[in-house]
Amino acid sequence: MWVVPTIPPALYLMLSGILFTIGVIGALTRRNAIVVFMCIELMLNAVNLTFVTLSHFLQSMDGVLFAFFVIAVAAAEAAVGLAIFVMIYRSRETINLDEINILKW
Amino acid sequence: MAENIGIIFQWLIFLGMAFFSIVASLLLVTRKNPIHSALFLVLNFLCVAVLFLLLQSQFIAIIQVVVYAGAIAMLIVFVIMLLDLEKELRAGLKIIYSKVIGGFLALLFLLGILYSVVAKSPTGKTGSYTPEKMTANVKAVGEVLLTQYLFPFEIISILLVAAIIGAVILSKKRT
Amino acid sequence: MLDYVWLIPLFPAIGFVINGFFGRRYSKKVVGWVACSALGLSFLTSILIFFDLIGRPPSERVFEKVIFDWVVSGSFQSVIGYQVDPLSILMALVVSGVSFFIHIYSVGYMHDDPGYPRYFTYLNLFVFMMLNLVLANNFLLMFVGWEGVGLCSYLLIGFWFEKDSAANAGKKAFVVNRVGDFGFILGIFLLFINFGTLDFTDIFGSLQKNPHLLESGTVTAITILLFVGACGKSAQIPLYVWLPDAMEGPTPVSSLIHAATMVTAGVYMIARCNVLYSMAPISMMIVAIVGCATAIYTASIGFCQNDIKKVLAYSTISQLGYMFLGVGVGAFSAGIFHLMTHAFFKGLLFLGAGSVMHALSGELDMRKMGALRKKIPITFWTFFIATLAIAGVPGLSGFFSKDEILWQAFSSSHGHFFLWLVAAVAAGMTAFYMFRALFMTFFGESRVDEHVAHHIHESPKIMTVPLMILAVLSVIGGYVGVPHLLGGANHVHEFLAPVLGGGAEPAKAHAGISLLSQAWASSGESGGHSATLELLMMVVSVIIALIGIGIAYLFYVKNPALPKLLAEKKRGLYQLVLNKYYIDELYEILFINSLKNLGTGLWRGFDEFVIDGTVNGIACLFGWLSSVMRRMQTGLVQNYAFSMIIGGVILVVYYIVRAIFY
Repeated sequence: MWVVPTIPPALYLMLSGILFTIGVIGALTRRNAIVVFMCIELMLNAVNLTFVTLSHFLQSMDGVLFAFFVIAVAAAEAAVGLAIFVMIYRSRETINLDEINILKW
Repeated sequence: MAENIGIIFQWLIFLGMAFFSIVASLLLVTRKNPIHSALFLVLNFLCVAVLFLLLQSQFIAIIQVVVYAGAIAMLIVFVIMLLDLEKELRAGLKIIYSKVIGGFLALLFLLGILYSVVAKSPTGKTGSYTPEKMTANVKAVGEVLLTQYLFPFEIISILLVAAIIGAVILSKKRT
Repeated sequence: MLDYVWLIPLFPAIGFVINGFFGRRYSKKVVGWVACSALGLSFLTSILIFFDLIGRPPSERVFEKVIFDWVVSGSFQSVIGYQVDPLSILMALVVSGVSFFIHIYSVGYMHDDPGYPRYFTYLNLFVFMMLNLVLANNFLLMFVGWEGVGLCSYLLIGFWFEKDSAANAGKKAFVVNRVGDFGFILGIFLLFINFGTLDFTDIFGSLQKNPHLLESGTVTAITILLFVGACGKSAQIPLYVWLPDAMEGPTPVSSLIHAATMVTAGVYMIARCNVLYSMAPISMMIVAIVGCATAIYTASIGFCQNDIKKVLAYSTISQLGYMFLGVGVGAFSAGIFHLMTHAFFKGLLFLGAGSVMHALSGELDMRKMGALRKKIPITFWTFFIATLAIAGVPGLSGFFSKDEILWQAFSSSHGHFFLWLVAAVAAGMTAFYMFRALFMTFFGESRVDEHVAHHIHESPKIMTVPLMILAVLSVIGGYVGVPHLLGGANHVHEFLAPVLGGGAEPAKAHAGISLLSQAWASSGESGGHSATLELLMMVVSVIIALIGIGIAYLFYVKNPALPKLLAEKKRGLYQLVLNKYYIDELYEILFINSLKNLGTGLWRGFDEFVIDGTVNGIACLFGWLSSVMRRMQTGLVQNYAFSMIIGGVILVVYYIVRAIFY
């Protein structure tokens, strides 16, 4: 009988790479700080996918745990980062990254 | 035949979810309205959660939905609504060369990843958590989390406390 | 007693230290006593050592005393050591003795000067350095003394440094001396390369044992370089220009340094190196010719000078030329003998001039003097005796020493008839201008200014006693060197013979010797000179001197209007000689301006442009670099993310490439 092969890990990893790249392009291109933040979350998500994939195919628990920690850190980062965005908006009336460049030469 | 159907089913789910998550992320990156971007972000998270389920990591899938899609995305939506972004929506798109070059470099990066993924398959020591054992996923995670990875677990808790305090202090009104 | 030779320089050194540190706290009397007693003790020690030395047989009259090792570096060793032999003890006697009298004189002369302690400090330091120079047993210590007396000369010439002319004269003396010292140092280097040591006994001993140790070219080079140093220190052509300007210093300084002691260092050095010079007939010829030329050239300048000290300065240079002529023709002991008698009468002449200036409240110009004979008798008589001595009148010391040199210039194997002729003419010129000075100052009608004439008085005893002592020495000092011809035993020559050799070596006859002198020389005994010829020469030189005195008498006593008429008629020549043949101006154009321009050019072109440009340029480069680099800090977050992406891409590409190709 002809057996359908299981999904190879390469596909998962490719998907993860594509999602990551889209996240990078978004982080570089968009002007709105919150959209950039969302793209960063996208990147983190893609990395999580990689971790869990490899953990599954290497039959180990380490990748899953690491993904867990990444999610926890992303949550903390979201809290603090969004608080900072709110503060910046309060003092500058804008959230456009092209206009926030005080720390320059 | 029965396994085939299972595997084909898995293939279908995988392809569908992969397609949707890519589409969602592309739309996220290109929408002008940040609320739309936030909603597509949620969609992306949900698709990836399904992918996690396919990978026998139910725990992560649930955590993804609850924390990522449920808390973080909601937080983002709240902040977007808090800030007045009307003016932004009307501004056009400027072509800035560093961003274009950055885009190209990111594509190059992607090509590199694709190549390396295709050329090599993951090898290494295989651990002891076979898929059968992984079905009791939460139990397995708990086993490892509270014995082998206890220290990072505690540190994470401190980190979360620090984040809470930081967020509270940062958003207080200066009197 | 010979063991205590180190006491001779030590006493003035102690005097220098005491007066240098504490001089200003004590009264002038204490300062004067310290300085003079230091010299007195030094002189006493030299006399005692001298008598000790005479008591030994002539072959044992050499003694070296090493004080301590100074430089011990690899194979080069140099010690501080003093050598007692006839030459050095004679020089030490002259230096310490004449210095002692001049110190006593200075107590009176400098009595009203505010810089009194400083003066005696410098003077003691000078005597210390000079004694080091003459007593040293190696070239290095001698050079230390050489430089030290140059330094003291600078300090003392510029003693009244508030006067621009004095400060400039001090600088000029030092710089010109330095030019000479450059040659001297090169000579020392050559000696060291060839011998590996700078010790006198080692060098001269090995040369005497093996005369062919050095090639003649090397010996000639060494001796010429050493002579360049002597030209600088002893003011010969072309480095004599500092000595007339050195008259800016106090008169006792001129007497001590520029008449009796420092300027004779060059003659001493050549006499000390007689072994070297005897092996290089070419350099001896150069020494003799330069000495002779200097003698007559500066004698001619002395004709027109109106400043009494300048006349004496040019006379000093001229007499030094005689000394160099003497050593240049191989008559080393004659040169030293003339050095000794010259110290007496020239020292006396300068002190006498100082006494005249003291009487006339500082007047220097001889045209404003006259008829002082009756008013300052002691000064007059001592000055007169000294002038007779320098003119070579028989019976006084100058006659014997100058005559010895003239005879050797004629008859020695290195000598030449022409040298004798020029030297004899110069002797006549010396007699003329010295008596001109005497007559203008002391005879004739008084041309003294009104307000000065009231204060004319004889100098105090403390100044006149040294004058009288030196006058006595000027008379009897020559009798130790009476030549065999006149029945004397020429003690000086015999005394110095162990060091200076028995006479001029019959080295290879150089090209200039004339048939006349050769014929006369060989017609005598096997010793090489004939008695009648010598007597004839002596008579000729006396006649020349008397002619000179007679002309001076005519011009300045009998008919005082004659000089003016002659000056009017030959206006151009008179101006030329009066302005010293414009040599100073020539040097300025030739050397000083070109060096100044070179310095300025190097300063602007190299120092400012290249060096400052490089240093400032590097700073500018970094500034420019940083202004470029800091544009990376745009403050835009996405730019930073962009750079991170670049890094990530590079890493990925690197790993892939590595995986592909390895």
